[in-house]
Amino acid sequence: MFAFVVKRLLSGVLVLAVISVSIFVLFWYGPRSPAQGLCDRRTNNRCTDEFLADLEQSLGYNNPMLSEFGKYVGGIFAGREIDLGNTTVECAAPCLGLSYSTFVPVFDELVARLPATVSLAVGASVIILLVGVTSGVMAARRRGTVADKALVSATLIMSSIPYVLFALLAALYLNIVNEVFPQAGYTPLTENPAAWLTGLLLPWLALGLYNSTQYTRFSRGAMIEALNEDYIRTAKAKGLDTRTVTIRHGLRAALVPIVTIFGIDFAFLLAGTIFTEIIFGVPGVGRWGLEAIRIEDLPVVQATVLFGAIVVVLANITVDVLYSVLDPRVRIS
Amino acid sequence: MTQTATTGATSATAGDRLLEVENLTVKFPTADGLVNAVTDLSYGVARGKTLGIVGESGSGKSVSSMAVLGLHDPKRSRIEGSIRIDGQEVVGLSESRLRQIRGNSAAMIFQDALASLHPFYRVGAQLAEAYAAHHPRTSKRDCRRKAVEMLDLVGIPQPDRRVDDFPHQFSGGMRQRAMIAMGLINDPALLIADEPTTALDVTVQAQILDLLGDLQREFDSAIIIITHDLGVIAEMADDVLVMYAGRAVEYGPTRELLTHPEMPYTWGLLSSVPDITADSEARLIPIPGNPPSLLNLPSGCSFHPRCVHSDKVPGDLCRTEVPDLSPGGRGTGHLKRCHLADPEAIYASEVLPEIAPDLVDHPDTPDQPTGDRTAGEQPTGETGQERR
Repeated sequence: MFAFVVKRLLSGVLVLAVISVSIFVLFWYGPRSPAQGLCDRRTNNRCTDEFLADLEQSLGYNNPMLSEFGKYVGGIFAGREIDLGNTTVECAAPCLGLSYSTFVPVFDELVARLPATVSLAVGASVIILLVGVTSGVMAARRRGTVADKALVSATLIMSSIPYVLFALLAALYLNIVNEVFPQAGYTPLTENPAAWLTGLLLPWLALGLYNSTQYTRFSRGAMIEALNEDYIRTAKAKGLDTRTVTIRHGLRAALVPIVTIFGIDFAFLLAGTIFTEIIFGVPGVGRWGLEAIRIEDLPVVQATVLFGAIVVVLANITVDVLYSVLDPRVRIS
Repeated sequence: MTQTATTGATSATAGDRLLEVENLTVKFPTADGLVNAVTDLSYGVARGKTLGIVGESGSGKSVSSMAVLGLHDPKRSRIEGSIRIDGQEVVGLSESRLRQIRGNSAAMIFQDALASLHPFYRVGAQLAEAYAAHHPRTSKRDCRRKAVEMLDLVGIPQPDRRVDDFPHQFSGGMRQRAMIAMGLINDPALLIADEPTTALDVTVQAQILDLLGDLQREFDSAIIIITHDLGVIAEMADDVLVMYAGRAVEYGPTRELLTHPEMPYTWGLLSSVPDITADSEARLIPIPGNPPSLLNLPSGCSFHPRCVHSDKVPGDLCRTEVPDLSPGGRGTGHLKRCHLADPEAIYASEVLPEIAPDLVDHPDTPDQPTGDRTAGEQPTGETGQERR
């Protein structure tokens, strides 16, 4: 088990190295100067070639790419000082560079935005699993009935609405036109737990309910498969009650594929729920990353991409380890 | 195993039967139509006795015995007739009352123990769960102790250690032993074994059958053993019920039925049993054709399209009329469902010479015409020794 995790972590590091080199290559050899965005902003869109050249020089874009990449990696592990021409800024490890818009270390900004994204992802996940798996199990128990067919049809209809439209309509009709829900927004949990809860309620519901539909269908399928297994017949023949047979024997078996899918989905939620954060005004990682792309804040783009990659790699390893915990027949090596 | 059945009457008479099945009919409504899985089936088993049910796949063997435990979803099946376990009517019983019977007074063990045990729970936990289901006041420790005790009883080595194994860590034979231990953990009066040895190799099969026999003597349980292996029947069963297309076609004491079969389908089953000790001229004769669709049973006798002897019945009787399950020429204990007027003569003159030519030459042993075809027809003492 330990050797497996180490091996997977090493291959994960390799993936991250390839991704960060790819981003560097894109910046260096892209069609536009990497300093163009910064130059435009500094000069109110009257960027001159001389100023652009100055910026490229000071940002290190005239040095060989590999040596700059070395500096970047070194900064992650040891921190570094970044020269801004007139001043130098101390960027402590793990240093992901300075934002081109705020000149604050990117890592600090990431940490500041993480709680909002994590709050959103965890809350939505709870709804996804509770609603999705529960309704899936109920549908499987009643498969073939009108209730089952109605539920499956409803989830299909919901899934076929684009999420952006779904979230926008939710915000419009439940928040703006009719104030059914408290005004959506983000207050840190540590600051005011009640405000945290009420502000995130609608985004949680929108994100959670929309994504739970997929889990309804998926859990239903996994449960139907599990309930047809011979060991379910054995459990019934033992004289166990329906609830024990369904939950302890059926759902326990159906949980394995559900957990596998959920692990990856949770990683994507953490990596940034862009639409939800923008529509409901939650200052999280997704919204930050999108804004960085718009204003060509390259260090932030790079940080959000790396962060997403790390989360996905870690989620994959976690799922593999969980798999062996959930299914004793699987021995990872 | 010993044959205790007395020739001429089924070993159980109506009064002392633990399980009494009467006119059981099981139908499944499906999108394609009504599946007639079991039709008008009656049988009984007494305490300490074994009933063997034989037949091809889809003959209704498993369906009828699952009905005994009420394991068919009432929404997906139609069950008529009567099933009484120790006087208690099972058909139409509420789910909660059925739960008190399942695994308690009547237990079932299934074929393919690997699929029938939950892959994610330890063997001991699954046994303990079966015990706890009917002993709600027993502590977890005591349930576990009971599980270890039962594993020991069925011959699992180091049961206090193996109790914490998962099913996949057991060998095939050990898994089936664990299944048997689970079935017997609440000391059931009735044990239904659905093809308990099908997935096992031959030596392990013999061990499992021995174990079942030993435990039956110890617990005095009634056993129903469902199989398509006539060797198992010969070794284990006191009575045999031959099923075809959901109906009983022949029913009687094992020795009587295997030595004097009166129904062409039973002849077919006997003809298709290979015997390594028999004369090499003995032929394996498969039954022609396929089992009929249960959605659309043939008219008259369900077996007539495959029956090579139907031309010996006058008129269209086989095609038009279902024969009654009635006593043949050998006493009231041996029932058969066939229109043939003199089946014994046909068996002796047409069937036996084909399947066991070496026996026909010895007319001085007419009572054991198929003497060495199956183990059960051998003298009792010999059988027991051979199995050791």
